[in-house]
Amino acid sequence: MAIIDWTQHPPLIYTDYKSSLSRGPTQSPVDLTTLYGESSTLSIQEFDGSLVNRFTIGELDHDLIRNAQQGGYPLGKRMVVSGKVLDQAGRPQAGVLIEAWQANASGRYAHKVDQHDAPLDPNFLGVGRCVTDNYGCYRFYTIKPGAYPWKNHPNAWRPQHIHFSLVGESIADRLVTQMYFPGDPLLNYDPIFAAVPESAQDRLISTLDLGITEADYALGYKFDIVLAGAKATPIDAEQGA
Amino acid sequence: MKSSLPLTPSQTVGSFFTIGLSATENEGRLASPVSSQISGEGEVISVVGRVFDGNQELVPDALIEIWQADAMGSLSNQNFFGFARSHTGDNAEGKFAFRTVKPGPRSDTEAPCISVVVTMRGLLTQLYTRLYFSDESAANDKDQLLSRVPEARRDSLIAKCTEDDGERIYIFDICMQGDEETVFFHL
Ligand SMILES: [Fe+3]
Repeated sequence: MAIIDWTQHPPLIYTDYKSSLSRGPTQSPVDLTTLYGESSTLSIQEFDGSLVNRFTIGELDHDLIRNAQQGGYPLGKRMVVSGKVLDQAGRPQAGVLIEAWQANASGRYAHKVDQHDAPLDPNFLGVGRCVTDNYGCYRFYTIKPGAYPWKNHPNAWRPQHIHFSLVGESIADRLVTQMYFPGDPLLNYDPIFAAVPESAQDRLISTLDLGITEADYALGYKFDIVLAGAKATPIDAEQGA
Repeated sequence: MKSSLPLTPSQTVGSFFTIGLSATENEGRLASPVSSQISGEGEVISVVGRVFDGNQELVPDALIEIWQADAMGSLSNQNFFGFARSHTGDNAEGKFAFRTVKPGPRSDTEAPCISVVVTMRGLLTQLYTRLYFSDESAANDKDQLLSRVPEARRDSLIAKCTEDDGERIYIFDICMQGDEETVFFHL
């Protein structure tokens, strides 16, 4: 039986998300753990080895407010985004690489392909990364991203979001996701968010947190992330081995 | 599974992931620490491929990651780190490209292989597949996983070996849909 609970993730083809129609596979994924049969799932390379604590990052990499300045501060609402990375058993995940990227306050990415007619910000690149500490905690400083239009359907706008990529202990823990903001009315119209099973949608919305907020500097948002923790999962016991 | 916390759901990597995830974008400003190269002792090889959508058109914005054992088949070698990343927008031909060392088999009943993670705009959840080597047919034949993949689809997991100036290049094209749809795995 698969170790990752795929029912928590969006489907591979979701009709309202147009580009999934030609890019999502039409055949069901094959359960790799079943193909391995009786042998211990833990020795399968997707659950084995360790990817944590393998990356070196720069001192300002986690601070998007300061890491691309060219003589001034970026425009927009300053934020702190912080949280814990845990596995499904609640264990903090240390040494996890988190990479984040986002649009600027006007809703424009500093990316050559982004044609949205909103201004670039010379002091903001919208790229950051950090590694979780021994308690599984991470912290980014950034600017609240703007909503932006896209071509999925007429008058389509993405809700404000930050893209997150996590490289956890095993390759089975790999996660690419997006963090949203509480009360954003555009969430009701976004097919990418709507594709997430309804019971799981809340887990992609950060919460305003005055404990994380830095007085007179930046509003705090809390966003905890749960990875599969596939390497540590005691599956043998469950399978009655 | 004894779990108390439900997983954080996946979302698409979107259109603009290269600013955050590429080691070669942004003119080196804040480039990702994850490169397209894996180094270590053993035979140096290249792995290249293209990604095709359901209309048989090239996908120019797919992110591909690989994870593998070292030349001895070990994942616990402290001097070796078998993780790398490339994307199909890296060059004009729409190819992803890795330089790595050929992994060794992890046991007598397994053929050498590379785990592959595929994601792109249009994919709401990442996909896993595996790359086996066409010049390892004896090992492939006795591999316990490969032999259980339906025969008609097994070819999609086998990279074709070519040679250039004495260096082996393995071609691994990925098809998202259609008659040659790549086998993807649930872990
Ligand atoms: Fe986006």
